[in-house]
Amino acid sequence: MSHSQPQIDTSPKVSDEIRKTTCYMCACRCGINVHLKDGPDGKRQVAYIEGNRDHPVNKGVLCGKGSAGIMQHLSPARLRAPMKRVGERGSGKFEEISWDEAYDLAVKWLKPIRDTAPEKLAFFTGRDQSQSFTSWWAQAFGTPNYAAHGGFCSVNMAAAGIYTMGGAFWEFGQPDWDNTKLFMLFGVAEDHDSNPIKMGLGKLKKRGAKVIGVNPIRSGYNAIADEWIGITPGTDGLFILSLIHCLLKAGKIDLDYLAQFTNAPVLVNEDPKSPEFGLLLKTEDGRDLVIDRATGKPAPFDGTGVRPDLSGSLRRAGISHRSVFQHIAEKYLAGEYAPEAIAPKIGLSANRINRIAADLARTAFDEAIEIDQPWTDFRGTRHEKMIGRPVSFHAMRGISAHSNGFQTCRALHLLQILLGSVETPGGMRFKPPYPKPATAHPKPHCKVTPGKPLDGPHLGFTQGPDDLALTPEGTPARIDKAFTWENPMSAHGMMHMVISNAHAGDPYKIDTLFMYMANMAWNSSMNTSGVMKMLTDKDDTGEYVIPHIIYSDAYSSEMVAYADLILPDTTYLERHDCISLLDRPICEADAAADAIRWPVVEPDRNVKGFQSALIDLGARLNLPGFVTDTGEQKFKDYADYIVNHERRPGVGPLAGWRVGDGAAETTMQHGRGHPNGAQIDEYIKHGGFWIGHIPEEGLYYKPWNRAYQDWAVKIGLFDKPAPYIFSLWSEPLRRFQLAAEGHGTRQPPDHLRERIKATLTPLPIWYPPLEDGHADPVEYPVHALTQRPMAMYHSWGGQNAWLRQIHGHNPLYVPTKIWEEQKFRDGDWARVSSMHGEITVPVALMAALNENTVWTWNAIGKRKGAWALDDDAPEAKKGFLLNHLIHELLPPKGDGLRWSNSDPVTGQAAWFDLRVRIEKVRAPSRSYPDIPAQASPVPPAPANVTRKVGS
Amino acid sequence: MTELPASTQRKLGLVIDLDTCVGCHACVTACKGWNTENYGAPLADKDAYGAEPVGSFLNRVHSFEVQPESGPAQTVHFPKSCLHCDDAPCVTVCPTGASYKRVEDGIVLVNESDCIGCGLCAWACPYGAREMDPVEQVMKKCTLCVDRIYNENLPEEDRQPACVRTCPAGARHFGDLADPDSDVSRLVAERGGFDLMPEQGTKPVNKYLPPRPRDEDIDVLAPFLQPVAETPSGFLGWLDRALEKL
Amino acid sequence: MHPAASIIAFTTLSGIGFGLLAFLGLGFPRVEGMSAFAFFAIAYLLAVGGLVFSTFHLGHPERALKAFTQWRTSWLSREGWASVLTLVVMAIFAAPLVFFGLRLAPIGWLGALASIGTVYITSMIYASIRSVPRWHHWSTSAMFIAYALSGGALLSGQVTVAIAFLVLTGIGQFAAWKAGDARFAAAGSTAGTATGLGGIGKVRLFESSHSEGNYLTKEMVFVIARKHATKLRSIALVLAFAAPVALLLLPFHHVMAALAVLSHLCGVLITRWLFFAEAEHTVSLYYGRTAA
Ligand SMILES: Nc1nc2c(c(=O)[nH]1)N[C@H]1C(S)=C(S)[C@@H](COP(=O)(O)OP(=O)(O)OC[C@H]3O[C@@H](n4cnc5c(=O)[nH]c(N)nc54)[C@H](O)[C@@H]3O)O[C@H]1N2
Ligand SMILES: Nc1nc2c(c(=O)[nH]1)N[C@H]1C(S)=C(S)[C@@H](COP(=O)(O)OP(=O)(O)OC[C@H]3O[C@@H](n4cnc5c(=O)[nH]c(N)nc54)[C@H](O)[C@@H]3O)O[C@H]1N2
Ligand code: SF4
Ligand code: SF4
Ligand code: SF4
Ligand code: SF4
Ligand code: SF4
Ligand SMILES: [Mo]
Repeated sequence: MSHSQPQIDTSPKVSDEIRKTTCYMCACRCGINVHLKDGPDGKRQVAYIEGNRDHPVNKGVLCGKGSAGIMQHLSPARLRAPMKRVGERGSGKFEEISWDEAYDLAVKWLKPIRDTAPEKLAFFTGRDQSQSFTSWWAQAFGTPNYAAHGGFCSVNMAAAGIYTMGGAFWEFGQPDWDNTKLFMLFGVAEDHDSNPIKMGLGKLKKRGAKVIGVNPIRSGYNAIADEWIGITPGTDGLFILSLIHCLLKAGKIDLDYLAQFTNAPVLVNEDPKSPEFGLLLKTEDGRDLVIDRATGKPAPFDGTGVRPDLSGSLRRAGISHRSVFQHIAEKYLAGEYAPEAIAPKIGLSANRINRIAADLARTAFDEAIEIDQPWTDFRGTRHEKMIGRPVSFHAMRGISAHSNGFQTCRALHLLQILLGSVETPGGMRFKPPYPKPATAHPKPHCKVTPGKPLDGPHLGFTQGPDDLALTPEGTPARIDKAFTWENPMSAHGMMHMVISNAHAGDPYKIDTLFMYMANMAWNSSMNTSGVMKMLTDKDDTGEYVIPHIIYSDAYSSEMVAYADLILPDTTYLERHDCISLLDRPICEADAAADAIRWPVVEPDRNVKGFQSALIDLGARLNLPGFVTDTGEQKFKDYADYIVNHERRPGVGPLAGWRVGDGAAETTMQHGRGHPNGAQIDEYIKHGGFWIGHIPEEGLYYKPWNRAYQDWAVKIGLFDKPAPYIFSLWSEPLRRFQLAAEGHGTRQPPDHLRERIKATLTPLPIWYPPLEDGHADPVEYPVHALTQRPMAMYHSWGGQNAWLRQIHGHNPLYVPTKIWEEQKFRDGDWARVSSMHGEITVPVALMAALNENTVWTWNAIGKRKGAWALDDDAPEAKKGFLLNHLIHELLPPKGDGLRWSNSDPVTGQAAWFDLRVRIEKVRAPSRSYPDIPAQASPVPPAPANVTRKVGS
Repeated sequence: MTELPASTQRKLGLVIDLDTCVGCHACVTACKGWNTENYGAPLADKDAYGAEPVGSFLNRVHSFEVQPESGPAQTVHFPKSCLHCDDAPCVTVCPTGASYKRVEDGIVLVNESDCIGCGLCAWACPYGAREMDPVEQVMKKCTLCVDRIYNENLPEEDRQPACVRTCPAGARHFGDLADPDSDVSRLVAERGGFDLMPEQGTKPVNKYLPPRPRDEDIDVLAPFLQPVAETPSGFLGWLDRALEKL
Repeated sequence: MHPAASIIAFTTLSGIGFGLLAFLGLGFPRVEGMSAFAFFAIAYLLAVGGLVFSTFHLGHPERALKAFTQWRTSWLSREGWASVLTLVVMAIFAAPLVFFGLRLAPIGWLGALASIGTVYITSMIYASIRSVPRWHHWSTSAMFIAYALSGGALLSGQVTVAIAFLVLTGIGQFAAWKAGDARFAAAGSTAGTATGLGGIGKVRLFESSHSEGNYLTKEMVFVIARKHATKLRSIALVLAFAAPVALLLLPFHHVMAALAVLSHLCGVLITRWLFFAEAEHTVSLYYGRTAA
């Protein structure tokens, strides 16, 4: 009998309609095509989600989470209505209420605060993608206590980049994937730019370009690196400075680039007695001074035709000055940075450091690329070609989540800049609105006037002691103590300190804690058990120490159980959002771009987009900007705000399809323009996003490139061209250091002087992670880290029926050395202890791991009762958090002080400084600590998922 | 009919690049999404939010460690779905004829309405490429997205498997491995593509591209950078000379 | 492999049932009338009962008839046909015997052959599976047949034959276990060949595709600790072979014979449990097994 086979339909209908919006499973914000089909009830239902090929971020691809978005949207853990707490805090017992009741309750708590002491509201918005809006609300309310999650996330990276070169890694910069030939990745498991990094690595692999992964753990991106450097955690700064040493010693640096585009030629005051000691010499009107090689005379750095001299020096008014570059040479040529000296500390051989330096030099200089594209710089000099140094770097929390992270990030930027590989072909490229130097950002504002808005934006970039957020008495003005002497450059605020400071009433007590999208009772807190206690602690009168907690979440998270009032959000497919140039847009190095989300399906529950709820609440509180002159609610909802709000004349949340000045006012234009009532429809019509390309001439050298600067002004990124040079020598740092040395009127407290002197150096340095100074390295010999799993987003992937099968619990991965020492076997458990606490968890072997490091996937462990999961779900039974071992404060060291476990410059939470001890124990039935269950405010989940919309 | 065709006109299949796969599981969930909504019964998840969730997936990504003789251990992410074997043992064992290999393109499929859920084909597959749906109790396997690759309701560029379309790193390639000039055949030839468990005699159509050599010469004494000066003052002398040349 | 109760019951019961049918077909014991009815009833109960058990294993038993279509390639399909044909042939032999005392001997011989053939075909369902090297060997069929014959002899009351078969089967089983233990390694599939990475170095699973179990791990990656296996093997040998032989050697008594049968049945159930539990599937190479 011959072969026979059934006939099948190979062309089934794919869907009834495609709606294009933006993914929300992480901050990468890829474009998605949501396929809808008519369900049995005739209503359109989400049938399938795929990537949008036209979208600038993902060009059609989606990651594991994005492709599982449908399960996030259909999660049984979705909240269904506003809720008022009825049980004890933490119990999870709630009663559903109406939106009116919810607003009334919020107004009852917030109105009196605003009228008397607005700082008693702490409004922290976590993983907010609408910070320009929520901060505007907080400013209108008048509290200084606003920030999002950057302080516990990666502010070191952002701040070091912006202070040094007016742009950072994070999702604000990217390697020139199409041209780079050698790519070095420091401490990245996943990052916010998830899909672009994967796509970029794919491009490198296709071309056979070399990838070096620097990471104690070899998984994910590091698994495909051609060379793996399993560095000792916290020592990257040393490694980088040693590479710099090698390159300087060999003269393998881009002198031309340094002279033209950085402050390397700028003159530094060298007189220890001068109040300007260590600051840069300036013209009368405040421009940096260099020696012009053409004339041999001092000249402003940006003077027409000036050729800055890297080896310049000048004696003026009895004070000698030498170029920054001479300081750099002197500092890093010193023997302490020689590979031989540092190799043992970082766990590499000296040869290897030498070889990598040679690789970098060879690729940058011998394999330089040229693009035939003339351009004109800010001095008016025309360049015939764009010269590229095809080495590029990317880094994220692996270097920034240490207490030496800020300076380590700066060291990396110094390395990039010495090689001439920032904003040049083949190197690292900024994405609009970057480049934008720290001086072009606002400074922090904290002046509170009852009943009135705050005097300006909360967050910003301090330039020196005068900009600190201190009260006239010199005490911290903010509840999180951001912008104080403990961490003067905490540009993103310090969300991780809010609860413990509010609990301690230090610097003052607050009345209402209002949070959005942050699981602070669980995975985003250090010292999770401690925080749960702080949130439930009562004072002598039996009242909660933190009197009111309002929280907005979309799902039944751990944090929900700790709130008094819940404002339930929609899922990402059910609301308007805008991914705006005013905060964290989706630009590419070649283009500016922004995007929207819109309700591709309507919610079937009594929930509301949080931003729309804030608009209602703002109006009920009569906040300026939220009500009209006649006291009416100004914006109907967030969509109305997105379209009609103007931050500056002609500049609103969305840059695409604004209305021009044409006679009939119907000419559509992008960037600047009047509000367009049909703007959202235009976005929907165009796939949910807008993109505006940078002209060819402006594609590289953006900070100094006239074509770019003019384009940026045209589309409204800034109001006039603002070229600048990179700050290898950082004056803001030096100003704080100078104060610590006793200069100036605003002085740090004495106990912080030495630390400021040692850590806020104007040139990058390395010092050991601060926990090392507290933890006994013999007692706690092992570094403990976490990594982002690519297929899970923090705590909220756990409710996803598909993703939780991939990461339903998380073993502690142990390197071979420790595995053998402890005689571990598969299925064993271990007690892991730090200076702060202990956990008991399952272990597993990993060989491709730094021999003194253990690690686990982040945020897989769940509290029983949360996320609509079974009490015996593996997440709750075997899953665990490392956070119980990490404290927001370092343990007492006998000096009577509690030092915070964060970077002394920015306040970034030092998650990865953690050191532990590990011992085998008998396998328990559940991981420890085993937190009692919270009641679930949502109905039980269905047993099985078998969903199909079509037939 | 569970007799295998003597030969197939084409051999459609996947080529998976182990040098490039970052182990993101995008192909896993994209596959689950498409195939839940399309071919056959939805891919179910039993005890989806419970203590022992079990779902059917047509594609899974494992992670292996490889310890070379010298040098550090390597991590390799390893996606695996049906390899659409030429000599597919899963097909011939099937008692009902539900399993078959298509003569036009070599795709191995299960006709779910004929499947009695005996599980024998899953036993016969050496690779673990077939899974019994925990709710529908019929055999599930990669369809090579047969309802995408010829689907006239999709734009031409989307007529490729869901897993290939979504792979962010570009580690998955789809094409005709019977055509020596196809992109996939060329890749296999250039990069030394290989079969999984050739000793099982299944003659898989899907091929894997090996990871490129890693960590070569890590500790070799480098072609040291030639120092220009040993002391800071010597360095400044060099600097002056270098600047003159600029 | 996961030792599913339904399949253990199926192979055990139908094996003994067809074994008994084979003896009856050959005329051992030479019964007629009601006593023939009793013997045939037991044999049919066992054989058909086993087949019924086998359908418990199916996701869609209501479609079981479709399983008769693929006899050209599928041993499972052939098994269906063979069982039915054998039962029919034996019915043709049994009916005249029971009701008219008429013995159509050639049909009986044919039925006996068919019974053993059916057992062989059943065994081939397993022996044909290359991905389970322990099974993929002629000894699998030999053992299935040997078990059927031992059980058949025992049930048909052929004491001497039974003793001989039991001893031989016991020895055979012991040898099969020993040989089987080495077969996975001999098949040459390792984590290295399964991933193709063996050329680079030693391959081990670092992280499974899913942290939670799945159909494959439950069905194909059943792991039994070696020390339990050894213990169970010993118990099985005693129950299936040593004890029945000892009981049969004692002066004949119906209770003793019944005990021998019972003991044998229990022993066989254990060996069948081990047959599945100890069978290593190549899929396990993707789930943590490194080599043999
Ligand atoms: N040990 C350790 N801990 C860490 C880290 C680490 O590396 N190691 N990393 C830290 C870092 S960088 C971060 S950013 C934090 C992240 O930690 P979190 O900010 O707590 O992040 P998520 O778990 O995503 O929680 C956000 C909350 O937002 C809710 N949510 C999700 N979607 C929506 C929505 O549409 N609307 C609303 N209103 N709510 C929604 C979720 O249900 C969840 O409760 O974790 C920190 N914690
Ligand atoms: N899939 C997924 N994507 C996400 C998230 C998620 O939860 N899931 N979260 C998002 C968020 S909020 C953030 S902040 C980003 C963070 O993205 P990443 O920066 O990639 O963050 P982590 O996963 O914490 O990875 C830190 C990496 O640094 C390494 N590391 C730790 N210490 C050191 C060190 O001293 N030196 C070096 N060289 N490496 C070190 C760790 O091994 C780890 O690989 O990811 C975002 N993207
Ligand atoms: S990277 Fe993944 S989760 Fe993040 S936005 Fe893109 S598709 Fe969504
Ligand atoms: S989508 Fe691509 S990179 Fe991600 S796991 Fe699958 S094959 Fe690997
Ligand atoms: S991989 Fe397995 S299921 Fe696929 S054709 Fe080959 S044997 Fe059959
Ligand atoms: S499970 Fe279905 S497809 Fe597989 S062998 Fe049995 S009947 Fe055939
Ligand atoms: S080809 Fe289609 S069915 Fe097969 S693994 Fe890829 S997405 Fe899944
Ligand atoms: Mo973060």
